[in-house]
Amino acid sequence: MDGGDEGVVVAPIGDESMCSNGGAVDDPRRPPASSGKAAAGGGEQMDLEAYVALYTGRTRVSRLLFVAERCGNEGMQLEALRMAHDEIKKGEDSHLYREVIAKTGGRLGPLYALDQTWVDMVDRRAEARKEKLENELNSYKTNLIKESIRMGFNDLANFFYAHGQLGDAFKNYVRTRDYCTSSKHISQMCLNVILVSIELGQFMHVSNYVSKAEQTPEQLDPITHSKLRCAAGLAYLETKKYKLAARKFLDTGPELGNNYTDVIAQQDVATYGGLCALASFDRPELKNKVIDNINFRNFLELVPEVRELINDFYASRYASCLEYLENLKPNLLLDIHLHDHVETLYTNIRHKAIIQYTHPFISVDLHAMAGAFKTSVAGLEKELEVLITDDKIQARIDSHNKILYARHADQRNATFQRVLQTGVEYERDVRAMLMRTNLIKQESILRAAKKL
Amino acid sequence: MAMESVEAVVAHIQGLSGSQEEVAHLHSLLKQSEDALRSQAARLGAFLHQLDPSVHTLGYLFLLEAYSSDPVCREQDGDFLLSIVEFINSCSAEQIRLAPEKFISVCKSFKDKVMQLQVPIQGIVPLRTAIRKLQVSSEQLTTLHSDYLLLCLLAKCYKAGLSILDDDIFEVDQPRDLFLYCYYGGMINIGLKSYRKAWECLHNVITAPMTTLNAIAVEAYKKYILVSIILNGQVPLFPKYTSSTAQRNLKSHTQPYIDLANCYATGTFAELEGCIQTNLEKFQSDSNLGLVKQVLSSLYKRNIQRLTQTYLTLSLQDIANAAQLKTPREAEMHVLQMIQDGEIFATINQKDGMVSFHEDPEQYKTCGMIEHIDSSIHRLMALSQKLGSLDEHMSCDPAYLTRIGKERPRFDFDEFDSVPHKFL
Repeated sequence: MDGGDEGVVVAPIGDESMCSNGGAVDDPRRPPASSGKAAAGGGEQMDLEAYVALYTGRTRVSRLLFVAERCGNEGMQLEALRMAHDEIKKGEDSHLYREVIAKTGGRLGPLYALDQTWVDMVDRRAEARKEKLENELNSYKTNLIKESIRMGFNDLANFFYAHGQLGDAFKNYVRTRDYCTSSKHISQMCLNVILVSIELGQFMHVSNYVSKAEQTPEQLDPITHSKLRCAAGLAYLETKKYKLAARKFLDTGPELGNNYTDVIAQQDVATYGGLCALASFDRPELKNKVIDNINFRNFLELVPEVRELINDFYASRYASCLEYLENLKPNLLLDIHLHDHVETLYTNIRHKAIIQYTHPFISVDLHAMAGAFKTSVAGLEKELEVLITDDKIQARIDSHNKILYARHADQRNATFQRVLQTGVEYERDVRAMLMRTNLIKQESILRAAKKL
Repeated sequence: MAMESVEAVVAHIQGLSGSQEEVAHLHSLLKQSEDALRSQAARLGAFLHQLDPSVHTLGYLFLLEAYSSDPVCREQDGDFLLSIVEFINSCSAEQIRLAPEKFISVCKSFKDKVMQLQVPIQGIVPLRTAIRKLQVSSEQLTTLHSDYLLLCLLAKCYKAGLSILDDDIFEVDQPRDLFLYCYYGGMINIGLKSYRKAWECLHNVITAPMTTLNAIAVEAYKKYILVSIILNGQVPLFPKYTSSTAQRNLKSHTQPYIDLANCYATGTFAELEGCIQTNLEKFQSDSNLGLVKQVLSSLYKRNIQRLTQTYLTLSLQDIANAAQLKTPREAEMHVLQMIQDGEIFATINQKDGMVSFHEDPEQYKTCGMIEHIDSSIHRLMALSQKLGSLDEHMSCDPAYLTRIGKERPRFDFDEFDSVPHKFL
């Protein structure tokens, strides 16, 4: 292919990148064998135990149930349901228990049949506790001690949460707001509400309460800060604002550690942040905020595939980058927050790769490019057509010789055209306006009574 | 005054057609003798020959109007058309403007007769002369405009209509005239295949102020949809200044066309054809079938034009596939037609079966282009000045100031009081 000026940022790798994309024979960074969470496509499965070990609390069960629903593989499904069952038995949520038993449908053997006695016991305990808490709350209310009322509402909300009544938990957490006296209380309240909202899937509340928590006059401790960042990132992810989500995830400090495992694991921060950044950042931002970001590096160490694929993308090793992505895909589809964004993100990343590939050149041989992207020339042509029509690439395809030529719009001609067009439109609009003004001025508005 | 006999009236006419005051006096006399004239319509034919249309225009007009309003006379007189044509050609413009309704009524009977005899082409030139004489300025719309355009349409002399259409209209006496004028104007432009102008005319119809829906607007909207599709591939939304009546009601009366527009947007040829088939009678009864067929062929053009944006060269086979044509041969025909019409710039290489697309060769460097730009600038500056003076004029209007003054808070001492108190 004819090399125009290769972009300066690609310079360190030089020509080698253009050749080595086709065959990765001596590429030292082949995708490593699966480890922990990441599994190769076809055959190997996600290691459920390791996956679930990353989380605590209610989200464990939700995730297991989600995996059971989506994985399409009977063995894995049963495994997930079994683990969910064990988790639930440790807690107090009888509704969820019933649900899981229904889903299992007896396939796990007699040990996992509906244990009605346990259910009844849990329900009775719950009733008793609820009454006790409500009585306490009423007495606090009559005493009008703010702190106790707040604690009362908090305990009630915690109870509801444990018992699976998320709506009531939400309401009660919100009620504590009126009785918060210090910013610590406020941030605690916000975090609780955020947790419940994420479980409920109501991400608008999440964003609201994150901003509320961040507005407190006192400095928040770094752990809370990181938690809030993650929550905000999740909210943006759900609303498809990938760029903002990436920024939030990338800003999360390493203090997060394992403190927020009832919502998100460190690996998730790396994955979500990395993929969103790849899909939405431009090159300088990618370098500054991701590759050179020391804090984020800690997270990336936990998910080496994501680290590798970001580096590959930046160094224009598209074939291996896309290969990593494909390997990650099955597991990402089982992730409770990311699953419906996987396709969009992947398409965006692929498009960005193509655009970045064609950017430095005046002409590109489509055969070589198809090799670099491991696709056929015809398929590549179709993809390029879409990108050109969307005005993401300024180029034209020579279909006869299978070459892509860069095309830079002639500014001067374009300006003339626009000017003449504006003139024509102005004239048309003003003339019509003058006529309409005249019509209205003479009060010549068509009336129904007037005989035409 | 007692009813005068026709002879007396004629004598008055001959006597009082000298100066302006005399003509004014004559006018009032004639107005009083209207009934007398009408009752004796049959006899008037003979008297007309005693008068000279160019000098005694006003009198001639009154007599002629009374004569032509009598249906019996109209039928029987073989020379009816000729006499009117003569009158129009030789009458004096100032005198006509004293009694415009009479003149218009004469011309209308002329038009009716011409249509009845099915020779619309004979009416074109006389009516154009009539319009020019009746207009105070070329910016004024008269009732005759729409009649004239109607005759042009019936006679298929579209170019004749253009000379009148090219005038900018700013003053309108009767709104109905405007609706009909713009509607016919749109149809003439469609006939001439200048879709952009047709779009403008039809746009004016549907955005004109109206408090109740009228049939003209509905028909215009149907054509507007079709022309919009041919021009831009989609139907634009109603602009802000469209009357609420139009916005609410037009769509409900034109459902088949809206379906057609939606079908077009999806881009597949087969679906579009299917849509047309289902609504065939509707289109036919609205006499829009020809336009609908053009919509169909514009779909190909649009697809091919999209290809010029992405490809430098493309084989005819690929063009056929992309534009959903059946054979490369058909694709070649379409591309050839588009090149000839100047819609795309390309060359066909028959040996390889390849088409190479080129850029628009216009460089904006020729003298002709510079002149065009220069004249456009001047025209637009004049237009803009007109707009500015209209705005100034309106802001001095007492009614406007009173309205503005009333809506402002009364005791606002801090603000500079820009509305004088006498208007509050």
